[in-house]
Order: sequence, then C-alpha cells, then structure tokens
Amino acid sequence: MRVTTLDIGFVPLVDAAPLIVAQEMGFAAEEGISLALRRAPSWSSARDALTFGQVNAAHMLAPVPVAMALGLGGVGGARVDVISVLSVNGTVVGINTELAARMHAAGYPFDFADATAAGRALITAVEGPLRIGVPFPFSMHAELVFYWLSSLGYPSPQSLIVRTVPPSLMADAIRAGEIDAFCVGEPWGSKVVESGTGQLLLPGAAIWAHAPEKVLAVRGDWASSEPELSGRLIRAVWRAGRWLDDAGGRSLAAELLARPEYLDINSELIERAMSGHLTISANGETRAVDRFIGFHDGAVSFPWRSQAAWIGGQIAARTGLERGRAMRDAAEVFRSDLHRGALASTGGDLPAASLRVEGALDTDERVPSQRGGDVKLCRDAFFDGARFDPKFT
Amino acid sequence: MDYEIHVVAERSSLARQIVQVKPDLVLVDVADPSRDIIEELTLASGPLERPVALFVDRSDAGLSTAAIEAGLSAYVVDGLTASRVRPVLDAAIARFHLMQRMRAELDETKRALEDRKVIDRAKGLLMRVRGITEDEAYALLRKTAMDQNKRLADVAGALVTAAKLLG
Repeated sequence: MRVTTLDIGFVPLVDAAPLIVAQEMGFAAEEGISLALRRAPSWSSARDALTFGQVNAAHMLAPVPVAMALGLGGVGGARVDVISVLSVNGTVVGINTELAARMHAAGYPFDFADATAAGRALITAVEGPLRIGVPFPFSMHAELVFYWLSSLGYPSPQSLIVRTVPPSLMADAIRAGEIDAFCVGEPWGSKVVESGTGQLLLPGAAIWAHAPEKVLAVRGDWASSEPELSGRLIRAVWRAGRWLDDAGGRSLAAELLARPEYLDINSELIERAMSGHLTISANGETRAVDRFIGFHDGAVSFPWRSQAAWIGGQIAARTGLERGRAMRDAAEVFRSDLHRGALASTGGDLPAASLRVEGALDTDERVPSQRGGDVKLCRDAFFDGARFDPKFT
Repeated sequence: MDYEIHVVAERSSLARQIVQVKPDLVLVDVADPSRDIIEELTLASGPLERPVALFVDRSDAGLSTAAIEAGLSAYVVDGLTASRVRPVLDAAIARFHLMQRMRAELDETKRALEDRKVIDRAKGLLMRVRGITEDEAYALLRKTAMDQNKRLADVAGALVTAAKLLG
C-alpha cells in the first residue's frame, strides 16, 4: 500500500493524544497513511488552516464546527464536518487563590466532585461579577460554565463575564487579575496550580459526565470527495483511542505528548490528566477522578447527532438564533454516517441509534448495537439531572 | 491615505486596548495564541461596538491565502472595503516575510555561535587531557564526527557532557 501523507492541525493539549498516538504508535501506518502533525498556536488559526486547505483535518473544539454551521465565527460559508469525537471531558474549572481562600474559610471541603456544592460555594464567595476565562468563545468550556452557573441560578450575562484566554496564557491572566476563575483543558489547569496563582475546583466531568470535548474535523467537501482516505483516518484514530483507554497505554502516551514537537511540557503534568490523579492546590493536595478524560470506552469516538444538537441549542439560546433550526443545522455536521461506514470493516461495534436523550444514563448501560448485539455506553448525566431530548425533526 | 499605527505588546490587556484604540484594521501574527482573544471580538456580544470580522477578500482568494501563509491574519472593523485594506495587507505581508527571514537568520547565527562555543571547549578538553595541539584536537573531533556520521558540534557536545559527568 502506498503511504499517503495527511496534514493534521492540532493544538497542544492532552486531548490531542489520539492523533499523536495514531502517528507515533503505528496505527496510521497500519492504514497506509502518515500524519504530518502541525501544531497550531490558536483555535482560530487551526480552524482557518482547515478551511483554507492548509491541513486535511484538525483537532477541534466540538462547538466550533457547530458554530460555523450556524454562521458564527470563521470564514462565512465554509462547512466543516465532524468525523470522530476524539475525547470526552478532560477539562478543569479553577479559581484564583483569593477566591479559594474565601471558600476555605467558609468551610468548603474542595471535594472536586460535587458541582452543585462547588457552584454554591463559589457564588457565595464571589464579590461583584464573576470573570471566567475560557479558551475560545465556542468551546465546551464556555458551554459547561454557562450551563453550570445558570442552572444554579447565577444571573448570566449580568453577573457572569466569560472571556477568551488562550490556554497557555491562563496562568498569566489569573496573575494579572484579568480573570477570577477559568475552565481549561489539561495540562493548562495543572500549569496554573504549579504557578501558584490558582486552585482547581472541579473536573469538567462533574458538570456533564460525558461531554464531547474535542473532535476530528475535516472540510465538508473533503469528506465527500475522499471517503476512502477519511475512512482510514477515522480507523487509525479510533485504534489510537482504544490503545489509550487500555491499561498501560497512558503513561507511555504522556511521555510521547511531552516531546518538544507536541506539548513541550513536563510529562509529569500530562500524567496527571492521563491518570486522573490531579494536584488541586499549590500545597500539593491531590484528588482522584474516575474517567477524568475518555478516548474510547463507552463509544467515545461516535459523533452523536444529539451531542451536536445540544451544543447548537445552547449557542442559539445565547446568541438569539432560532433554537429548533439551530439544533437541526448543528446535527447535520456530526457525521455519524461517515463514522459508522469507516468502522464497518473493523471489530468495533457502534450504537444502532445516532440520536439519543443526552444526560439519560445515571450508570453505565448496554444498548442495542448496529450489528444486532449490544454495546456499552458510559454514564452521561448532567450534574442537575436534566435530560436533553433532541426533538427537532 | 494616512495611517496611525498602534503596536500592542501587552497581551493580557489586548481586548481592552483594542476597545480604547478603536482601530479600523487589526493585524495579528498567526503564531501568537492571543489571536483567539480578537476572535471573541468578532461576535456581536464583544466589547467593541463596531463589528469586527476576519478579513477575507472574496474577489481575490489568493490574497487571503497569501496572508495566512505569511503568518498573518487581518481583522477588519466596520466593514472596511477590500480596496482600502489591500495596500495595507500587501505591505504587511511583505514585512512579515522579511521578519521571518530575519528571524531564521538570527536563529542560524545563534546556533552557529553555540556550536563554536562547545567546539572550543571540547578542543580545550582534548588538548589538556591528551597533550595535543589545537589543530590536532580539531582534526580528531572532525574525524570522529565523520566516522560516526554526526555533526561536529554534537560530538563536541557529547564530549563536554561526558567530561562534566566524570568531573
């Protein structure tokens, strides 16, 4: 098989792991492709490199292709499709040391688990409007923060100011007093802890147990004109995700990711997210989180159209777009059909449905699969018990 | 057409400075992560009252691609027309190419200087330990590098590190 090189954009984060592992551990080579991984300095540059054809595919925040489908952000008219979900969760919410001190004084235990208690303690401790830094206007970080605090009755947008701060500059923004709190992907939250300017409050998974975080995005026209190549890419990345979720793969992955050409950061910081053992404060207090970040287990890679619809609905509610139409347009870009087609030739089974009620699983459950058997799905509850039924067709 | 140019160096206050300066056109180095901060301003809810948009010249797709390849993004405030943006962007692209060349040359010079330093130290070590002349020490390093198919500076670096470890 002749090896085809695909140019892939990525942003230096732990959740770029499936792409890096696919290339480094030979899963790409097995499919006759080689991934030329290009590090992007910002999400907007990764998005533009994709739409202008400088890369074939990109590591992308799940809400970005949805926002583009709604005509928000980026070059107007460009369509970007999601062919796989690369990761669920893997983000952290943190606060500056001043807020942390106030919450400690009020007796908050920092259990790093209960989003209701954490949110109430935070709202009590805040004086004036709360300024939260997120990496991008269209990001699961922004969605989780809005969802969490609004659900607890914190008035948004009057008292909640969500600002864009690039992950690598989060620690600087906290130090400069530009923001009071943040929601960011690892290892940048741990980096804030190391810098002594902030403390971690919650893993993103405590707000939504199965939040689609990063996706593999391609141009819509590329997906249609290169079904064979995109299939190879989907399979290579799917196998990399499986390897990552098998015991033992993650320590090695942390070493790979730490290299100068990828994250260029101490592997110990990456290991925290990979193992789910996070250091939450400069005093070295640690917390263990089950499923801090997921790459495979529970059909992680499957782009549920209902996930896109949820994101589309949230963005529409905030930007004043018509909600039903936004949900429909959003669901179109999560290509569960292409994902299914690509994995048909592998041993991997997928759910029979492409839409589901998001937030309905309080525990792991087995559901009917497309091959007539069943397939495991992981708990996907929202912290407030809400369910999202994507009734838009 | 006259231009007034503001350079924003302090990234953490970028959004605030843009609001204060009220620019017509914002040029951003694509390599800088703070570009995403400006992206926020392109949304209606941003702190700028005037609309900001990523500049894409539809009459000439080549210009936008050239800008991106040069490592530059332009954000236009309040729908500045392509004909007004074009000369600014052309000049900026040329300038970015020049800067890139200068950066590459500077990196190369820095590296050459580092190489020189480590080779000199390795030569000094060999002269002292083996009692040979400077020319002989250099010849020995060169031959070793050729035999091992390595860069001279890498062989010299390995020697200096080993000498440090051995005390």
